[in-house]
Amino acid sequence: MQASIQLQPDLSTQYLLRLGDTCLILGQRLGEWCGHAPVLEEDIALTNMALDLVGQARAVLTHAGRAGGFDEDQLAFLRDERDYLNPTLVELPRGDFAFTVLRNVMVATWLKQWWTALAASSDAELAAIAGKAVKEARYHQQHAADWVVRLGDGTAESRSRCETALSALWRYTPELFEDDAVDAAARASGLGPAASDLHTAWLAEMTEILIEATLAVPKASAFRSTGKHGVHSEHMGRVLAELQQLQRTYPGGAW
Amino acid sequence: MTDTTADKIIDNEWPLWEVFVRTKAGLDHKHCGSLHAADPKLAIQMARDVYTRRQEGSSVWVVRSDQIIASDPGDKDMYFDPMEDKVYRHPTFYKLPTEVDHM
Repeated sequence: MQASIQLQPDLSTQYLLRLGDTCLILGQRLGEWCGHAPVLEEDIALTNMALDLVGQARAVLTHAGRAGGFDEDQLAFLRDERDYLNPTLVELPRGDFAFTVLRNVMVATWLKQWWTALAASSDAELAAIAGKAVKEARYHQQHAADWVVRLGDGTAESRSRCETALSALWRYTPELFEDDAVDAAARASGLGPAASDLHTAWLAEMTEILIEATLAVPKASAFRSTGKHGVHSEHMGRVLAELQQLQRTYPGGAW
Repeated sequence: MTDTTADKIIDNEWPLWEVFVRTKAGLDHKHCGSLHAADPKLAIQMARDVYTRRQEGSSVWVVRSDQIIASDPGDKDMYFDPMEDKVYRHPTFYKLPTEVDHM
């Protein structure tokens, strides 16, 4: 079995890993819908988006690994759980379709703001990645928001599933907007915005979508998830087991 | 089987849409398939997801399949066979100047 790589990421690498790992892990979760979505067209749509996210992860991880001498595959497949810096929100199990589209709209709205700001990054490569990714995020947001409106303002069943999903997911969102030293450094160097810089725009767009879906914006909760500090939920190990199994078993395998 | 499961299933299905994709500006939208979707907006999104994922398109149209009026296959011989022996309707009997060779 292939051993893990050991990382000592500096602040800007941690910033990039938070972004890249978000795309990687949500991409993996969306990929789980392949063959399981309610209709063929939606199956293709969800896996298209999974591939967009994996593509974004590749670009960002390639960039993040360069300083330490690691490539995208080593970063994606050979890190220990603690070295993944995605927020907990994206590693939660895919749930039902309401859960999936609600999470997608939360994450796409957030990433759209993030990519938009990153397009002006002092890091030219990151700015170029962002310029391409923001178009994908815009579509992901529109697609998911449409479903949220349909399901929230739909039948009693679809509405109740949305309400359940929304209350389960909302308490994982404060993590997305909490700053630490990584954010301070990124803001100071012009690498990208601090987490908190994106909150106002995110909340405004989310509120608009939820109102259209006739869903109430949940109350803030005191709960704080900590995925972006490497302290994950119980679900992360299982995602990684599936993600890493092939590369761990057949080191360097390619096809 | 008059009032029946088969009918009900059909009632519960999303309507069918025909999808037309234009590969690039200046070309025609070409029919490329169909899909089920609940309404026009979703139909456009799904058409994008299903039929343009390999860069096939720069524009898509969708049309409700039940809005398309088609010729009756039973009329095929009456409608189309008479044209079989009228080759003079092709403009192939003119001498073209070489400059317009590929017309």
